[in-house]
Amino acid sequence: MTAPTREAPPSEPAPTRRRRSFTPYALIAGSVAILVLAMAYPLGWLVVTSLKEFGLTQQFGQPAEFVGLRNYITLVTDGYLWTVVVRSIVFCLVNAFATFAIGILVALLMNAVNRVPRIVLQVSMLLAWAMPVVASMTVWRWLFDWRRGVVNWLLDAAGFDGFRGHNWLLQPLSFFLVATIIVVWMSVPFVAFSVYAGLTQVSEEVLEAAQIDGANARQRLFRIILPMIRPVLAIVLLLQIIWDLRVFAQIRMLQDAGSRPSETNLLGTYIYQLGTGSSDYGMASAVSIFVLILTVALSSFYIRSLLREEES
Amino acid sequence: MSTAVVSTAGTAPTAARARDARPARRNLSRGRGPRALLGVLAVVVALVWAFPVYWMVNSSLLANVQLQSGTPTFVPFSGSLDNFTAVIQGPSFLTALRMSLAVSLLTVVAALVFAFLAALAISRFRFRGRKSFIVAVLVVQMLPAEGLFIAQYKLVGSLNLLNTVLGVSIVYTAAVVPFTLWMLRGFVAGVPIELEEAAMVDGLSRTQAFLRITLPLLAPGLVASGVYAFLQAWNEFTVALVILQSADKQTLPIWLRTFLQASGVRETDWGQVMAASTLIAVPVIVFFLIVQNKMTSGLVAGAVKG
Repeated sequence: MTAPTREAPPSEPAPTRRRRSFTPYALIAGSVAILVLAMAYPLGWLVVTSLKEFGLTQQFGQPAEFVGLRNYITLVTDGYLWTVVVRSIVFCLVNAFATFAIGILVALLMNAVNRVPRIVLQVSMLLAWAMPVVASMTVWRWLFDWRRGVVNWLLDAAGFDGFRGHNWLLQPLSFFLVATIIVVWMSVPFVAFSVYAGLTQVSEEVLEAAQIDGANARQRLFRIILPMIRPVLAIVLLLQIIWDLRVFAQIRMLQDAGSRPSETNLLGTYIYQLGTGSSDYGMASAVSIFVLILTVALSSFYIRSLLREEES
Repeated sequence: MSTAVVSTAGTAPTAARARDARPARRNLSRGRGPRALLGVLAVVVALVWAFPVYWMVNSSLLANVQLQSGTPTFVPFSGSLDNFTAVIQGPSFLTALRMSLAVSLLTVVAALVFAFLAALAISRFRFRGRKSFIVAVLVVQMLPAEGLFIAQYKLVGSLNLLNTVLGVSIVYTAAVVPFTLWMLRGFVAGVPIELEEAAMVDGLSRTQAFLRITLPLLAPGLVASGVYAFLQAWNEFTVALVILQSADKQTLPIWLRTFLQASGVRETDWGQVMAASTLIAVPVIVFFLIVQNKMTSGLVAGAVKG
């Protein structure tokens, strides 16, 4: 929180205008209206549609009949959905933890070096962070282009055999390796800057005291620095996990390059395929509900921490 | 990057200031030698991380003959702006640019108005339902487009707004209002009400006091959250992909994807594709650098001190 609110007497947080009036309601009316229209209504539509038979025929005027939980039962018993779910969760966790680890290392590096290399590193991280997703994906497809891509050229020049004309995106495993490299590249800057900002607030005196008491660099890192910034680490990791569940644009743009969608679908692209591809809105809604519940469950910790901030 | 900023409540520019003011950590840990080595390592990491961005600009300046030769050209000595001219003069770039600008500006204005008023309400008033409103906003903020886009597509379709600026802007505004609101709330709370009251004692009306005292103090916050909303709308992919399917209504990200796909039917014209990417990325990078500080700091400031 900012300084001014801190100095206010704790008994009276901010209730400045207590008189009963319609003013606050008038003020939030616009936000409420737009959120109800474009968020709450679609949410309701999803819930209702997921309980219906809603495929191509319904698109063309057939009434959509309620089928209860049938879509969900189909999903739960469908082997392919589970493949996609497991794939998404593994992808999400691998990416989140890789990003987290590399981000912390970069932050420690920023903290350890002199001003000039630090600024060079920060500018470079900012560039990667600022790139629009679609532009990044386009560049990475060029970097990994099977025929003229610089990655294959470098590997070939470095003496590795078999990379001339190697298509990375054909095999699912190397497809996800490329996707991981890209997602980690995009996400590390956020982790690095957040953790670095946390590191700058670790008190000098404590570290000095520990050094005088004979703690070596490793002990200072694991026993003092990391525990002190644990709240930052927890939030950053949590957000990373939530964000890595939603990698629609990245996967979609890599699939464009010619891999088989059935082998590379994650939850987002699977919903897209069910909805816009085969117009099976009932099933698409059921999977969407699953994604939403998963995200909200994961987010609840983060939301709670934001609420605590609001109350303080 | 679009998602990367969604997190950090913009309450405090304090961490940023703390970062600038932080004393050099000379006496600690390592001597000169290892520090210099780490400096080299930092520069190497920086080069690796910036390489894709460099490669985009580099390739955009090169002719296709060079891009398709066996060896990559690492420095564009013989570069030209031909690819950029070709992209801009192409049939659809300016249409997509107009579309993107219209959608982004409409989203910024709508989101700022709605979010600012709501931020005033929750930080200056105590009212019934305030807490529920805040919780609802925070939950909505976390809902992923990946889960909602099918329903939003149907909604916009039933409003007869598919392939329109308005249709996509409605969805974008709803998507950015929660974070914008949360960010502005921090800024509004940072302006003490006493300032306004003092001005009223000096004879200004409540409206005047607000317009002349509070609003100018909030300007940085409004700029930062406006830029945030702009970036979200400018970069958005998922919703635009389903709502704007007609070729002459695409925003820039969708246009870029189509351009890449169309080009891929023959041998991909990577020079032009990279020029197109560069054109889309440059405004984003500039804007992003403006607001980055305000975005990262909030989260961390609260977390460590608290």
